[in-house]
Amino acid sequence: MKRRDFIQLAGAGAGAMMIPFASFANVVDPSRFLEPLLDTKQKKQLADVALNAAKSMGATYTDVRIGRYLNQFVTTREKKAQNIVNTESFGVGIRVIVNGTWGFAASNNVTADGIKKTTERAVAIAKANSKFQKEPVKLAATPSYGEVSWKTPIVKNGFEVPVKDKVDLLLSANAKAMEKGANFVNSIMFLVNEQKYFASSEGSYIDQDIHRTWPNFNVNAVDRATGQFKSRPAFSAPVGMGYEYLDGKAEDKIQGPGGIILYGKSYDIVEDAAMAAEQVKQMIAAKSVEPGKYDLVLEPSHLWLTIHESVGHPTELDRVLGYEANFAGTSFLTLDKWKAGNFNFGSKHVNIVADKTQVGSLGAVGYDDEGVKCKKWDLIKDGVLVNYQAIRDQVNIIGQRESHGCCYSQSWSDVQFQRMANVSLQPGKESLTPDQIIAGVEKGIYIVKDGSFSIDQQRYNFQFGGVLFFEIKNGKIAGMLKDVAYQANTQEFWNSCAQVCDERDYRLNGAFNDGKGQPSQSNAVSHGSATARFNGVNVINTGRTI
Amino acid sequence: MAILSKDEAQQILKKVIGFSKADGIEATLNGNDSGNIRYARNSVSTSGEESNVSLGVNSYFGKKSGTATINEFDDASLEKVVRRSEELAQLAPENPEFMEPLSQQTYMETKTFFDSTAKITPEYRAQAAANSINPAAAKDITAAGYLTNNRGFSSVMNSKGLFAYSQATSVDFTVTMRTNDGTGSGWVTRSFNDVSKLNTAEASKVAIDKALQSRNAKAVEPGKYTVILEPAAAGDLIGLMFFGMNARQADEGRSFMSKKGGGTKLGEKIVDERVNIYTDPQNEDVPAAGWSNNGLARKKMDIIKNGVVTNLFYDRYWASQKNVEPVPFPGNRIMQGGNASLEDMIKDTKKGILVTRFWYIRPVDPQTLLYTGLTRDGTFFIENGKIKHPVKNFRFNESPIIMLNNLETLGKQVRVGNGEGFGAPSLIPYMKIRDFTFTSLSDAV
Repeated sequence: MKRRDFIQLAGAGAGAMMIPFASFANVVDPSRFLEPLLDTKQKKQLADVALNAAKSMGATYTDVRIGRYLNQFVTTREKKAQNIVNTESFGVGIRVIVNGTWGFAASNNVTADGIKKTTERAVAIAKANSKFQKEPVKLAATPSYGEVSWKTPIVKNGFEVPVKDKVDLLLSANAKAMEKGANFVNSIMFLVNEQKYFASSEGSYIDQDIHRTWPNFNVNAVDRATGQFKSRPAFSAPVGMGYEYLDGKAEDKIQGPGGIILYGKSYDIVEDAAMAAEQVKQMIAAKSVEPGKYDLVLEPSHLWLTIHESVGHPTELDRVLGYEANFAGTSFLTLDKWKAGNFNFGSKHVNIVADKTQVGSLGAVGYDDEGVKCKKWDLIKDGVLVNYQAIRDQVNIIGQRESHGCCYSQSWSDVQFQRMANVSLQPGKESLTPDQIIAGVEKGIYIVKDGSFSIDQQRYNFQFGGVLFFEIKNGKIAGMLKDVAYQANTQEFWNSCAQVCDERDYRLNGAFNDGKGQPSQSNAVSHGSATARFNGVNVINTGRTI
Repeated sequence: MAILSKDEAQQILKKVIGFSKADGIEATLNGNDSGNIRYARNSVSTSGEESNVSLGVNSYFGKKSGTATINEFDDASLEKVVRRSEELAQLAPENPEFMEPLSQQTYMETKTFFDSTAKITPEYRAQAAANSINPAAAKDITAAGYLTNNRGFSSVMNSKGLFAYSQATSVDFTVTMRTNDGTGSGWVTRSFNDVSKLNTAEASKVAIDKALQSRNAKAVEPGKYTVILEPAAAGDLIGLMFFGMNARQADEGRSFMSKKGGGTKLGEKIVDERVNIYTDPQNEDVPAAGWSNNGLARKKMDIIKNGVVTNLFYDRYWASQKNVEPVPFPGNRIMQGGNASLEDMIKDTKKGILVTRFWYIRPVDPQTLLYTGLTRDGTFFIENGKIKHPVKNFRFNESPIIMLNNLETLGKQVRVGNGEGFGAPSLIPYMKIRDFTFTSLSDAV
């Protein structure tokens, strides 16, 4: 999603929900979602038109993506079903290399004639740019997979669940929150299905069917007398699963510190809405934090975003090399630090992997958007930087022969490029629970759920807020705090990591809308961790008067 | 196909409306052709073109409505899409906030379309990139930039007789220039409807100079400083303030525009009395369409006048509940400037910081409109009326409301291009602000 769209939608107010529409997504009748537009035989024939045309015009490499992108948003507030929107975006994106230079063109005209013309445009762009090319493209080899397919392992296709069931579920959650004293509640069910067909001049024809689901709400409390208001979002995670995520099974509920309930592989939206209404009132009444150094105990629903910003982005090789210098920025993890082989990114507790195969994650696919089979690899091992995230045209720069398989485009209409894999902190090897960590903290704050976030263009200096802040005094939770944000330097922060809970506490969280590139594109990505402790982090007070 | 003339669009939309058997119908027809080029490491990286057109049809029965779309335009397809939207409307739950479409409105003529921009070719883009890369390479600097051009049309027609059509072109250019020793970085942004006003060589020189001047920055203690904000920096924070000026949120008590004890701050002075912010679709420097998405007319309108809030944005439903006229979200924003040049402002500053731009601006507290973010690509220390040296980047925690209360001097207006995307489209002056809050230092260049 474009940043401007994000802000415009989010800026509709503290309680308003974000509805991130893909650019040029069309609005359609939901019954259409269940009808296939083209079968794989037809897609292959159309893809071959582009592959043959590009070759005859001098392309040394071509890939074709025929994509159908379906979204469903069901939005409600209090007792009202506000909007049911079904969007479809269908088209073809063609990428070529001519004279060692990339060219790309896309069109919603998915006919043999339309594809031929689009191929011509892609070739013309590559030729125009090749006059000024100083670094001819070098692609790492990848096997030809022939005709293969992959599908997200879902149990229930959300698009087959009647809209009425979704409206009823959201309205039940809203009713529960209002009953418990919320002033306002907005809720949304957001479903995604990417039907992607990839073909390359190297002989791969890959058909993939990808599903993602995200139930969310914002429960608001307003104190008109003092002019204060607070918002408590859902403790759900966006997931690479089907509608089974809404089952809210008892075995997926976790009793957390401070009397909170957290969720694992399925989610109970009605129970969480009730809890949110209680907590949002406490958030208003909470004590304003005393600034200073604290030991932070960070819950996975919070820590995922810190991992995303301070580990996920700086380990992207395109940023390190300068390809994103004009927008997202570069990275402090320069090649010399990686080559040294001993760059102390974090403490010995810090083991971080990139993984495009993790079941239930947002980033899981069989093959990336340039036909590379996906895998899992180490980024930080025992605190040391060991690798980056790289794709076919850049991995040669770090002397590796194989792409990491993390190339992605948000749509048929955008060119694919390096995007973040699921990047996760590995759980500790010794038995440890969040309660045991808290018991050992003298002066600290336990933070639940992501809130405000900001980090510089080389990923040194960051500031994160959160949603629930519990004061820890002498090993015990001592009530709620507000106006909390922590500021740190990435390397210092990860070196202050003193404890990580074991695998029983490991959970995935993530986002649908990580933005990068020009034009800006969204990427859905998950981040796993167990609760972890960071010692002596600088906390500021964000309370102001206007 | 992607760009239809007014007559072509009207003809298709008339057919669509004619097929309706519902209580009412609204149809939108939009198309766009866009192109872009990216470069980095002093070489072209990716570039592309996209073309798309779509028809959306919304039919309603009472307060039940349904929407369907299509991108085929023969008569049978048009009838099919109307029938499908009607079936969907019959299945939909009642929306108590549904508003019937508007009747015909009167719109301002605005000059948003330029042939020069509509005719941009891949060769033009490649040359524009070369004109930026070559002077950088000559000075041991690495350029990373982006140029994107768009031409598009939007149209809407409904069964109450409304028809609106507009066309627009735009070109946006940004480039970041980094010195090869890694210690200096400069940036520039340009945004126009008419590409003949764009000179990527001239713009690139501004960024190259900033990169050279910002080498080897010194650390200065964070704290409260007088700042001179370039328009790109201030424009982002003012743009974010606009996004928070929704009337319904203010009435509901969940906005910085909500008043303690109830009501809103509409009619209250919230910033320095020299602050005047308005919207005007016909402004020649930053023109905008004369209508918003559903056909609501946009007009010239004050938002903040002499520091007083004069308008919040009302959607049609909320306006009907509050018995006021709807106020669409503006297509542009204009802040009145002053006469001071940047040189004058520096000369009059005893101790301060000159800020080229802000980056990664995110909300911290919607109650006070507190934002955090960092300076980037050229931050300088001013002492006794002169730029002394570049400084390391700062993180700020500040509210645009506090910022506009601490106004010292207004300078000349500039059209703000795309940075992080919050500032455009707008005309924003240079401004000097006292007591701007920097809370920490960053090592980022």
